[in-house]
Amino acid sequence: MALTNKVLRVNLSNGTCESEATNAEWAKKYLGQRGLATKYMVEEVDPKVDALSADNKLIFATGPLTGTAAPTSGRWSVITKSPLTGAIACSNSGGFFGAEMKNAGWDMIIFEGKSDGPVYLDITNDQAELKDASNMWGKTVWETEDMLREIRGDNDIRCASIGPAGESGVLFAAVVNDKDRAAGRSGVGTVMGSKNLKAIAVRGTVGTQVGDAMKFMQAAGAAKQILADNAVTGEGLPTYGTQVLMNVINETGALPTRNANDVQFEGASKIGGEAMHEIRESDGQANLVSNNACFGCPISCARISKIDPEHFTVKGRPEYQINSGGLEYESAWSLGAATGVDDLEALTYCNFICNELGMDPISLGSTIAAAMDLYKEGAITDEDTGGMKLEFGNTKALVAIVEATGRGEGFGVEIGQGSRRMCEKYGRPELSMTVKSQEFPAYDPRGIQGMGLTYATSNRGACHLRSYTVASEVLGIPEKTDPLTPDGKAGLVKAFQDATAVVDSSGTCIFTTFALTMDDIAPMIDADLEGDWSSETLMELGERVWNLERKFNMDAGLTAADDTLPQRLLKEAAKTGPAKGKVNELDKMLPEYYELRGWTADGVPSNETLDRLKL
Amino acid sequence: MVKALHIVVDDCTGCQQCEMACSYKHEGVFNPAKSRIKVFEFKDQGRSVPYTCTQCSDAWCMQACPVDAISVNTQTGAKEVSGDLCVGCKVCTIACPFGTINYNHTSGKVDKCDLCGGEPACVEICPTPALTFIDAETTGMEKMRYWAEKTDQGQTAQT
Repeated sequence: MALTNKVLRVNLSNGTCESEATNAEWAKKYLGQRGLATKYMVEEVDPKVDALSADNKLIFATGPLTGTAAPTSGRWSVITKSPLTGAIACSNSGGFFGAEMKNAGWDMIIFEGKSDGPVYLDITNDQAELKDASNMWGKTVWETEDMLREIRGDNDIRCASIGPAGESGVLFAAVVNDKDRAAGRSGVGTVMGSKNLKAIAVRGTVGTQVGDAMKFMQAAGAAKQILADNAVTGEGLPTYGTQVLMNVINETGALPTRNANDVQFEGASKIGGEAMHEIRESDGQANLVSNNACFGCPISCARISKIDPEHFTVKGRPEYQINSGGLEYESAWSLGAATGVDDLEALTYCNFICNELGMDPISLGSTIAAAMDLYKEGAITDEDTGGMKLEFGNTKALVAIVEATGRGEGFGVEIGQGSRRMCEKYGRPELSMTVKSQEFPAYDPRGIQGMGLTYATSNRGACHLRSYTVASEVLGIPEKTDPLTPDGKAGLVKAFQDATAVVDSSGTCIFTTFALTMDDIAPMIDADLEGDWSSETLMELGERVWNLERKFNMDAGLTAADDTLPQRLLKEAAKTGPAKGKVNELDKMLPEYYELRGWTADGVPSNETLDRLKL
Repeated sequence: MVKALHIVVDDCTGCQQCEMACSYKHEGVFNPAKSRIKVFEFKDQGRSVPYTCTQCSDAWCMQACPVDAISVNTQTGAKEVSGDLCVGCKVCTIACPFGTINYNHTSGKVDKCDLCGGEPACVEICPTPALTFIDAETTGMEKMRYWAEKTDQGQTAQT
């Protein structure tokens, strides 16, 4: 029921916007959002298509719980073929855009073709129209949102847009909504830019219905109580945000530092969640202003920060002396530990720039870290960088290259191609910390073994949000496992991958699963939708989504050879901390994983598996 | 005891669960656009501010209504709109200094907070202490306690 049963199909080539019924059969098998949109991609797009051609499609998708009173109901996703990885991309975001789109009456918006000139999509409930965006092209995400509010004369609209990075072809450009929430990974913003689509502005006043409202409110209420009582979702994340992890992961010896040359960062405590609370000497304020919730979220992990007005990055620049989205653990790591920079204010500024210009800070920071490694090794010189001293720990160089990348200037153009392409260009592919050409995030698989298998097998390239085994291996959720052993990790990864695919298809946030099990989630979906939805049917659905993504990737030309890790993680042992002397033992996990998945030794889903999952 | 909806702005995270609870209770749909409590986000200040009817004692909306469609619920103190009597003339929306009574084009009548008959759904669902329903005569107590604690803590105020 809490599907709107309507899809908005926008043909950018001929300028049409048409409403069609959501495929109900597919919705039963793939739920919504990530799963359902992937099904549309598989059915409508040749996996071998050039991701930046008019033949690729770009899908904005909500889930059946998006817009409802379920906890964390603000989630939505962008699904397309990634120009960074060549694999299926599903980038998930929060904020308020997704719920507004749902409240306007749309399960999904499918963009196809390519516009001749810059356009934006203007939606008010069932009215949708493409409009000229020539005057917005070249503008930042922040300017674009302000312009759209001005044009519409309505403060209550919600926007998703790309910045200059998406326009100029930075391969990890993000779609940014509500100014500081982002569908960040895999270059979904690059695809949007390639279609000359600048933004979507939406106002939705229809609202969202659920099937059995009484039952739904009971299930949602029970879930909220569990979240409130849990130490991570009720206390750790509200207080410190995801940055609660910085010191924890550093002590675990799994904080990839200086392009994963090290696994511990001596400056970690200066850039973590606790540091954001500290009062600055300069202005008597803390970096952290407040925490901030996405739509429907009782956890409220997002940070609102203000940069020290005296800091060199913003001094004399009042436009940046504002409250805006602050550092998350991933951005603090990628821009900080990965590059060896421990200046909290500078990192906050770089994060602002990522939001403003529309870039994924994980891929950006990791690629800059790889460039610093190239610079250290002499593979690139001042001549290549235009005089920029790209040394690990050089704060000013970091700030300059972040800005240059977002604007598509100087050596920033090379950074904008991502770490794999850049390192290959300069003859040192082994210095790229990527899987399937996507930069890996803030957990070093030498210190957390399961994350090695997670990265190697993730369907969208290296990613922590496909199976967050950190929960088990470090935080002990749902039960503690030893981070230093590969034993048992294959099963753990599979279970996390399948459960995550369900949550990402539902319209809620994966962070709920620190506290909620599928037994807590299923009753909300069961009350929401027609039919019987149990933990078992949902977990099977998650497995189906995973295999469908795998199938897309195989048809796109990826193979088991792509299920691997950078040599550094497999050959160079961790130098310090609890994992000292360890490498990632992927070879001990991968065969078992294929077997548990019901795939051949070559990583191909067997016919029996496909039949069992009704694929 | 008359209770009042008590809003502590600093505790609001802007999640809009209150808007969903309100619209569900009154309209049977999750729809912030139809909520009688609204959360306004002032990102430049880093604040989210819930706002709704304060149930004025001498309510201007009630005074202005030409058909006496607004009356006091003597149990809760809420000023309630009678759907049977309201003719949708919107004079009350002009009279209210705070903008917290609004026209609903679906029903053709006006909507305002009615405290849900004494069990406000927004309070029930709020995940933080931002919204509470407490003795109307004590809504200032926590603020007083806050300032009292700061009074003469061994230092004198600088003048």
